[in-house]
Amino acid sequence: MPKLRVDGKEIETKQGTTLLQGCLDNDIYIPNLCFLESMEDPSASCRMCFVEIEGEKQPITSCTVNVKDDMVVKTDTPAVRQLQRTALRLLLSVHHVDCKHCPANKKCELQRIAKFLKVGLKPKGLERYLQETEIDRNHPFINHYPNRCVLCGKCVHICRRQHGQSVWTFAQRGFDTVISAYGEAGASSLTCGKCDACVKICPVGALTFKDVQEDG
Amino acid sequence: MLLDLTAEDKHALENIASKLTTLKKQRRNLIPILQMIQKELDYLPRESLKMVAEHLEIPESEVYGVATFYNQFRFHPPGKHRIKVCLGTACHVRAGDIILENFERKLEISEGETTPDREFSIERAACVGCCALAPVAIIGETVHAHMAPSKVEGLILRIAIEKEMAEREKQKNESGQE
Repeated sequence: MPKLRVDGKEIETKQGTTLLQGCLDNDIYIPNLCFLESMEDPSASCRMCFVEIEGEKQPITSCTVNVKDDMVVKTDTPAVRQLQRTALRLLLSVHHVDCKHCPANKKCELQRIAKFLKVGLKPKGLERYLQETEIDRNHPFINHYPNRCVLCGKCVHICRRQHGQSVWTFAQRGFDTVISAYGEAGASSLTCGKCDACVKICPVGALTFKDVQEDG
Repeated sequence: MLLDLTAEDKHALENIASKLTTLKKQRRNLIPILQMIQKELDYLPRESLKMVAEHLEIPESEVYGVATFYNQFRFHPPGKHRIKVCLGTACHVRAGDIILENFERKLEISEGETTPDREFSIERAACVGCCALAPVAIIGETVHAHMAPSKVEGLILRIAIEKEMAEREKQKNESGQE
């Protein structure tokens, strides 16, 4: 079992695990949004899980590095924190911050990270850019809130893992990118049954069952 | 707003369906297939995405995701008169976006869409290369220079009148033959 040093603390992790998972297993929190345990090929798209590793010039996303014996890692250097805060601020600038009316209030990963990084939920200096669609009701059982979504892709991933194929997909691109279960009105073609994996895995409140109260 | 298929479209789709059977069911064929459909039909109707999904045995949402990612694919048929409003730098500075807005309001469709009678479609162009004439709109093959919001209505009216005249002429000829 590889032994490594994280923030001056000696930890032991499983062989072949990612650095992020290793740290989380040892109660060392590194902010992350798009990572799932036993993911084959982490996309590292949320840009949250940066750490500094001795011998590396720049901070690295810890979900894409495997643990090695005698690794020396720092999780809270100024460079790391700056990257994480910027990434979070950018996420919040396209997020409809209305926690009071959000079902994920208090169990929201964004809130948790903002608290951890000491970033206000309404960061100044960035223009707010929201999608026109408030609620996408095309899916027969699930409502999608594009302005709450952080585009982590966990729903796409978990659906594919459980069913071999994913009902959810990324559609459009750039600022217009959304999670979609086939565009405008294709609900009838979905093979979705009673599985709740995507709703459960969503780190924010972007996916909710239709029978749950709809605010806004 | 999605338009219904015309008889021609349906015929073309049937052709595509038979073509699809000759192609291998590999995911890497997805984009070439979509390109082939767009070449035949000039756009990707919903029905075609479904056909492709069934053929490649992947979810329809995945086909949709790929198709919406690329700018080369369109989901509305081009109108008989394609209106392209230039939004390049020079036209942007001379308020090309207001021209676009005027076309959208007049025809009651948004950019990228087609009127229900398939007469007009509106697109945006990046730069058409005649910046001295900004703002520019192109209808069909004709470049309309120094566009102004007040010219929009006239242009559309002219096309409508021309169409009416052509129809009258046709009727006259037909009644003359009897």
